[in-house]
Amino acid sequence: MSFEIPDDRQYQESHEWAEETDGVVRVGITDFAQDELGDVVFVELPDEGDAVTQDEEFGVIESIKAVSDLYAPVSGEVVAINEALFDAPELVNDDPFGEGWMLEIDADDADELDALLSADEYEDQIA
Amino acid sequence: MPLQTPPLRGIHDDRGAKFTEFGGWDMPVEFDSIRTEHEAVRTDTGKFDVSHMGQIHVTGPDATTLMQRLTSNDVTRLDVGDSQYATITNEDGVIIDDTVVYRLPDGDGDRSDGSGDPTYLFVPNAGTDEATHERWISYRNDFDLEATVDNRTDEYAMFAVQGPSAPDLVEEATDESITDLSRFEAQYATIDGVDCWTARTGYTGEDGFELIVPWTEAERIWSLFDCQPCGLGARDTLRIEAGLLLAGQDFDHEDDPRNPYEAGIGFTVALDTEFVGRDALAAVDEEGVDEKLVGFQLIDRGVPRHGYDITTTESRVIGSVTSGTMSPSLEKPIGLGYVPVEYADPGTTLQVVVRGQSKKARVEPLPFIDTV
Repeated sequence: MSFEIPDDRQYQESHEWAEETDGVVRVGITDFAQDELGDVVFVELPDEGDAVTQDEEFGVIESIKAVSDLYAPVSGEVVAINEALFDAPELVNDDPFGEGWMLEIDADDADELDALLSADEYEDQIA
Repeated sequence: MPLQTPPLRGIHDDRGAKFTEFGGWDMPVEFDSIRTEHEAVRTDTGKFDVSHMGQIHVTGPDATTLMQRLTSNDVTRLDVGDSQYATITNEDGVIIDDTVVYRLPDGDGDRSDGSGDPTYLFVPNAGTDEATHERWISYRNDFDLEATVDNRTDEYAMFAVQGPSAPDLVEEATDESITDLSRFEAQYATIDGVDCWTARTGYTGEDGFELIVPWTEAERIWSLFDCQPCGLGARDTLRIEAGLLLAGQDFDHEDDPRNPYEAGIGFTVALDTEFVGRDALAAVDEEGVDEKLVGFQLIDRGVPRHGYDITTTESRVIGSVTSGTMSPSLEKPIGLGYVPVEYADPGTTLQVVVRGQSKKARVEPLPFIDTV
């Protein structure tokens, strides 16, 4: 099975994506990750204003069959969360790179993104 | 130890199934999505490969006595073609396993319904067939009974075709009519020239049939049923909604010993028969239980999972979740767990600790969903 891996963003080994715009990083999970999890039924996210740290947990995603931690791709302050996921967690399955986004982080240091994988590198990881 | 594989492992793989280890078997957990598969069974039909379930065949002049001594229900109530849900208990009345016991045609268990010895087939849970077989042999020898006990798990596949449309689908496939069978009745029926034990049983809460099929014919028979293939993931959400127990999770004779009364399946205990564990269970029946299995719904957001603490509203731990999920039918988080009887009445408010946070829960009557 082939999975969508847009090349306009970067990836973590733990299957989150990060898309940076003017120092604000939007975060979600990949198409591969949502397929592995199956039907997403619950997403637990931090509050706006909370601080997150690169490579540390920022939340939890649950499918019918599994519970997984979510890891921050950069350190910074949470400036937005996708509240639509509380009522419609299935958006993560339906549109993981779009409507299924999870939060936006005002990055302390956008250079942290350099440590992430490119689309090609991530594709190799899940191959 | 390598995993045992069901006869259709390759077919399932080609169909895009994801697999999981279950009871030592490599079984499909999901084909398309648990929600899709679950809904197919609730509204139409789904088929499950449950070939990991054990199949033990018992016959001989003392077959009835042996079955009576090792299962909690009363096998003498079974006419040919009947089946019953039962437990296998130890001397303390603790559930070792749950099982369905079928009375096959007397004799050699094939289609001849001649005047041979009583013959039974029972279905222990995945991974327990060898231990169960040894248990039967051991008791047979100790009691000096004349009975043959064969573990036929590797000889037969088992499929569950479940859902409101399942009887019609099975009826179309069989030469003989099977829709007159009542719940828990069974007969041999010919499907594409193959003798299959066709039982109106299942573990989803829906109407349907379980088919016990020769291993070598499994692929052909499976392919005859044109409906949604379902994995163990959907089987789990369906059986929780139906308030049905999962061995090793809702009872575990080593980690969480429970008797049938605590587990809410006291109806499987026939105290007027002699079986291993009978005296202990008679005492429990007399004295009552301190704890019992309840169903609950989480009122706050979250999903209950096996092992999470159940507490009072004052945060005193009184039990733990044995099974939990987000119910696809109810779209609500539901679970099962043992609590002291004073907290077991429907409507009682409890808490479930989800990753360190107390979530409000309410005891609900079982099953969560009324089906057949």
